[in-house]
Amino acid sequence: PPAHSHNDWIGPPDKHSNLRPVIFYAPPEESPLERRLREARQEAQACDQRFWARHNRAFRQEKEEFIYSRLKAKGLEVRDETGQKATLNAEEMADFYKEFLSKNFRKHMQYNRDWYKRNFTITFLMGQVALVRALRWLRWKKKNVGN
Amino acid sequence: LFVWHLKKTGIRQIPCQFVHLCHVANDRLITFQYFNFLKRMYVTQYNKDLSQRAKPKSDSIVSPFRELQQFDQEKKVIHKIRPVSPVHQPLSETSSRNELREIKSAAETADSVTPVRAEPKDDRQWKEMKLRLDDLPGILARLSKIKLTALVVSTASAGFAMAPVPFDLTCFLLASLGTGLASCAANSINQFFEVPFDSNMNRTKNRPLVRGQISPLLAVCFAASCGVPGIALLTLGVNPLTGALGAFNIFLYTCCYTPMKRMSIANTWVGAVVGAIPPVMGWTAATGSLDAGALLLGGILYSWQFPHFNALSWGLREDYSRGGYCMMSVTHPALCRRVALRHCLALIGLSTVAPVLDITTWTFPVISLPINLYISYLGFRFYRDADRSSSRKLFFCSLWHLPMLLLVMFTCKKSFLEKEDKGDLLGGNHGRAMEIRLP
Repeated sequence: PPAHSHNDWIGPPDKHSNLRPVIFYAPPEESPLERRLREARQEAQACDQRFWARHNRAFRQEKEEFIYSRLKAKGLEVRDETGQKATLNAEEMADFYKEFLSKNFRKHMQYNRDWYKRNFTITFLMGQVALVRALRWLRWKKKNVGN
Repeated sequence: LFVWHLKKTGIRQIPCQFVHLCHVANDRLITFQYFNFLKRMYVTQYNKDLSQRAKPKSDSIVSPFRELQQFDQEKKVIHKIRPVSPVHQPLSETSSRNELREIKSAAETADSVTPVRAEPKDDRQWKEMKLRLDDLPGILARLSKIKLTALVVSTASAGFAMAPVPFDLTCFLLASLGTGLASCAANSINQFFEVPFDSNMNRTKNRPLVRGQISPLLAVCFAASCGVPGIALLTLGVNPLTGALGAFNIFLYTCCYTPMKRMSIANTWVGAVVGAIPPVMGWTAATGSLDAGALLLGGILYSWQFPHFNALSWGLREDYSRGGYCMMSVTHPALCRRVALRHCLALIGLSTVAPVLDITTWTFPVISLPINLYISYLGFRFYRDADRSSSRKLFFCSLWHLPMLLLVMFTCKKSFLEKEDKGDLLGGNHGRAMEIRLP
């Protein structure tokens, strides 16, 4: 993002976490409230990124392991004659999906709680910032009109 | 990014290929087309999910799509094209349906084959998070899931139409508008709650909040500015019962269903209730009371949700598993199929109850039997085969089954005039009542 921009910039989805990173703009006259908001958003972004990158990586890895073990059990090679990676069909993968979901259930519960909390806090802060800015603008307007 | 936008625009811009598919649909009733039109918007929205894992069958159709995708570089154009779903899905012709599916899966192939071109500069670039006013309508349309909202409003209108009272246009319009606004609000809050999960699922990764096109604060404000007037409109302009149902439905959807999706498979049942309430709202808007008829209509929609959703979720198991969603298709696959079949059969039963409650004539269960049997057959196939193709067949069938059922129900509606003769007037008049001639 260009250096002169006064806005936040959002990028393409991350390869691991599928989340879009945001680069926050810190204006020079940032108020403490605005700074709190920005820092909260940065922290939330970091938490989300950590969680999903790790989670997705684990998913991919465990999926590979599952496919490998199943293929082995069937007596097949990982790559067939044409050199292409052998895959299991959806029904065989279903067992893996079920197992993965139940294994990560508690992790998801924890993440959900944190996510809802963070989401509400950030949105509430955004509301406060917006309100303050609106009042400031109204005051400025009144002052100008008075002049 | 534009994978599924372009897929739809790609589909839209090949009229020639679709003429022979459309001509089948052209000679149907207008109302039916109306329902189907809305349903197909839903189809194209969900079709992506089903075709995302389909192994591409025909590569020959890929090239025309590739050329067309190059045209749609402008984000704005795509936003505008999006709300208008052009695809007319053929109804009972299995061959054309297969063709359609092939084309759609081929379109999906095209998208996967040319991902770089399909994701033009936009997705690879950093974007400024500034709200542009001319983008706003498109963004809000997607935030409020406008197509789904349209479907919800149409089921509410069906409920209104089926109520055995003289047709009141103002009431009808107010009820529809109020329901639409309530639905927009609920959908926006749903998206607000689900940003990181939506980012990780293929079906939902292009939502406005995920892409940062709108701030969460604005999303909440939009939801409030839709929900509050919507419910107020329903409560004051229609009747308090409808308003209460609307408010309850918003609560059920945003505060029960959305969090429950990640906690327990019971979310599907809650979601089915959410889907069943709009027609009940339509009915109460017309009559002002919760009659057996309202509950029956709600029951029909409740039962319909199961084959519809369970079939859909069958193809999304990987995304659900990774995203942490607790869905029957992942955790209890046998139950998933059993429930879908059970409710297909329930639809037959409910259709038979309709004349008993004096809502329709006895022709209704007779005429609706073929379609109900057909969906039950597909439900049985899904139950037995438990594979992708049967789930897709069931899903697509559910998309035309509902509008057709509602239409048949409406045409078999027990004439209000008949009932008036019997001295059996239900409900009250709302303002200027207009009596429509019932078939």
